[in-house]
Parts: sequence; C-alpha cells; structure tokens
Amino acid sequence: MKKVAIIGYAQHPILKNAGALNEVELIMPVVHQLFDDLGIGQKDIDFTCSGSCDYLQGAAFAFVEGLSAIQTNPPIKESHVEMDAAWAMYESMLKIQMGDAQTALIYGFGKSSPGDLNAIISLQMDPYYISPLWPDRVSLAALQARVLLDQNIITKEQMLTTVVEARANSKNNRNALITDLINESDYFSHAMISSPLNNLDCPPISDGSSAMIIASEEKAYEFTDQPIWIEGIDHRIESSNLGARDLSTSATLQASINQLDLENIKFDIAELHTQFSHEVPFLKSLLNLQDVPTNLSGGPLIGNVMMCAGLDAIGKTYESLKDNQLKHGLAHATSGPCLQHNMLVHLETQK
Amino acid sequence: MSAEDTPKDYSESPINLEYFYTAGSATTRFLNQVKEGNIVGQACPKCKAVYVPPRGSCPRCGVATDIEVPLTDKGCIESFTVVHIPIPGNPIVPPYVCAMIRLDGANISFLHLIQEVDIEQIRIGMRIQAVWKPKEEWTHSLENIKWFAPIDEPDIDVATLRFQEL
Repeated sequence: MKKVAIIGYAQHPILKNAGALNEVELIMPVVHQLFDDLGIGQKDIDFTCSGSCDYLQGAAFAFVEGLSAIQTNPPIKESHVEMDAAWAMYESMLKIQMGDAQTALIYGFGKSSPGDLNAIISLQMDPYYISPLWPDRVSLAALQARVLLDQNIITKEQMLTTVVEARANSKNNRNALITDLINESDYFSHAMISSPLNNLDCPPISDGSSAMIIASEEKAYEFTDQPIWIEGIDHRIESSNLGARDLSTSATLQASINQLDLENIKFDIAELHTQFSHEVPFLKSLLNLQDVPTNLSGGPLIGNVMMCAGLDAIGKTYESLKDNQLKHGLAHATSGPCLQHNMLVHLETQK
Repeated sequence: MSAEDTPKDYSESPINLEYFYTAGSATTRFLNQVKEGNIVGQACPKCKAVYVPPRGSCPRCGVATDIEVPLTDKGCIESFTVVHIPIPGNPIVPPYVCAMIRLDGANISFLHLIQEVDIEQIRIGMRIQAVWKPKEEWTHSLENIKWFAPIDEPDIDVATLRFQEL
C-alpha cells in the first residue's frame, strides 16, 4: 500500500443554528483556512471529495451547490459521498492508491437545524420495503443501549461517566458547542427521550463544516514538516436488516480489528464517532481501549455536525498526535443505525 | 376471491418533511434590496465577475462575492423558449415566453417572463426592461418584477457577452 498522510485539517465552530449562513458560506471559511495554513491553493489539489446528505438540505443534488465554495476553474476532478465525509476521505485514499492523485481535499458539511433530524435520518437510512417505517435514530440507538445494559456489557454508570467526561473534555475543543459541565444529579434528573436514553445521552443538533487534506508520501513533505500517516484503514458493514444483527457485539468490527492488527498496537489516544453515551463504553470494550484516553475533544456529545463528525474524529486524532508528539492514534467513524457501518483509521507519527 | 386476496398493484405512501429554509447571508442581502425595488448584484474580488442573483460565492474562484454592485433593470435576452404546455399550478396561460435575462453589467443570466410583445418578434439579443408590480405589493422576491418587456434600443450581439476566461 502506498503511504498516505494527513497534512491538514480545519473545523468550523460548531453552531446550534447557523441561521442565515447557507452551506456554501459554512464551507468556504474552513477550506480557505486550510489552504492558508499550508500556503497552497486549489491548483495544488488533484482530487476533491465531499460528504453530505441532500435530505438535510431538502433538495435533490444539493451537494453540487457545495462546490461553489471551492475554485472549480480550471475544471477539477471531484466526487461526493452521500455519507459522512470520513468516507470521502476513504474514497480519496483509494484515488491516491490507484495512482490517480497525489493530493486530495476532503470536506463535509451539515445543517441539522432547518428540519426534523429524526425524520430526515430515518428517510436516509431506513431500508424500507413498501413505505417508510419512520424509526428515529434515537429510538434505534436506545434499542442497542437496552441490549448492552441488559447483558451487563455496559452499565448506566459508564453512560453517566461518558456524559460528564465529554463535557469536561470540551475545554480541549475550541469549536465545541456544549461546554457547560454537569454532575450526577443533573444527569439523573433529565427525563427519558427513548429509555434508557435521556437527552444528555444524545448529541446536540449541530450545524457546521470541516475540511482535510491528504497527500502521498512524495507530496506530503512539500506542504508540511509534520505529516501524520494513515497506517491502516478498514470499513465494514453490518446487515441493513436490524433483526438479523446481534446488537451486543459487532462481528464486522472484530474483522476490522484483525485486519489492522490492532491487538498489537499500543494506542496513545482514540477519537470515536460515538453519538450516544452507551456507544463509548461499548466500543472501548470491543476495541480494547480501556486504558487509552478517548474522545479528549469531547466527541459528538458536545457537537455533532451530521456528515462531518466522522471526519472530525479522524481530524481530532490527527491534531492530537501532531500537537502532543504522540505516536499512535485510533479514529473511528460510523454510519447507519446502531453502529451499522464502522471505519477504523490507524494514524501514526513518524520521525 | 375476496377483496383481501386481490393482489395490489401499488400502494401510495406520501411522505412529508418540513424545513425552515434560509437563503444564505449573501442572498438575504440581495432579497432585502429587491424588497426596495433595487437589483444589487455581487462581484467576485478576484475575477470581477458580477453575479445576479448572487449566491454568496464565485464558483470559478471559490471566494465570497463581497462587493455589492447596483445594477439597472435593463438588459437583453440571452436565450428564450416558447412554452406551449400548461404546467399544473402555474396561472400563466400558454403560449408564453420564458427567457434568460442578462442585465447590463451582469455576468450571468436568470429566468424570467417576456410579455407585451408578439411572440414571433422575440429574438436573442433583444433589449428589454423590467415591468414592476405596484410598490405596495413588493416582497422579498424577484416576482416583484411582473415580467420584462422590449424597449426601443438596438439589439446586442450576445457573443460579446461571453465570459472572459481567467
């Protein structure tokens, strides 16, 4: 496999409601910041790939409008995933592997504030047959949380700890949306949304955007002294039929762990795309991260831009390794109900 | 065969999502001017192209169009079509003319209606001007302009309107 590095990442401050700012106006500042930080421009980019969800905007092919945020003259090579931008990064990685590109710009954007996110994600995700069943994302997550609690794989105390720590860690994240701290009695006084999940167990409605640039080994050092290498990347999918899944584990995630040989790597940090509190102790257990500082950025519970939060997990891992001179980081991105898709990214610093 | 056993060919299941749509800050500035009867385009600081209606960025350069450019309501027909088929919900009776309107000083065109002229006389390059609704009906919409109508000025060679390459 060709060596590929992350050379830059930028994130828009996460907003509760971006108001009049449209998607293009959210994307432009992060792309420009990234270019300015590296001293490069669109002419230095061989391939551009975005991640977004047209249902969020409520318009077919809405993602095409997003391209107005970047320079497209002279004409560029570009693509889009109707997924989190972590998968735009995956596609860009493949483009570089195939020899079609040496550098790639990735960006993701999402405004959840204009619509009913539960209904929107239901329409995007529900593999319905005759008509929509309208299961909402929180209720689906609650089904998995219930299974995990019932089988003593996680505890309610771990969920509480996750929520308290996420807010405490928000101090490490200048773009965090939720920064107020909570204690145990605050947590237990919140009413259930879908039991066992109350609204503190769930991520906030968030608007924002993020961008990243990756480059081949040949190009990376042209642009930065501190590339962070993508040592391993693996994406696998559980069945789309929820009834066919064992929600207490993830066979596909285990396969990814074996593929990337994670058992033999001592990780310094991890950032998980865990939108609900029960997912943190569950994934930490599956990934054997009990002793690894996890979601020091606060993670999605303190700001969850749809179609960006997965890319943000990779970006925050990159920033953490770069800023703290750490060696190994693990990033995780997910999509679909109950952690159906999982992508693992092993990042490494090399001298 | 009872009614329950009859195979169903199809099933209707209408779905509905509601959004609070925002135009974007650049388009909001434009629409606030339209409410006052002014057409104000926005120019790219790099390539100087003038966009109307503005969407907030220059898609050629990928930068914000933060220069306001007041425009006249005169221009020419860049292209047109005669619509013969009634569109459900549209109150305009066919045949009528939809045209790409290029305002003087703008680098892109937008769609609007052409009226007050025989359809046979409409041609590319024809000079036209906006016909506004009464001021008390103005809202945040280009529908403040009822349609465009020809004016007595010589035609323009639209080849001269092509975008200059960067």
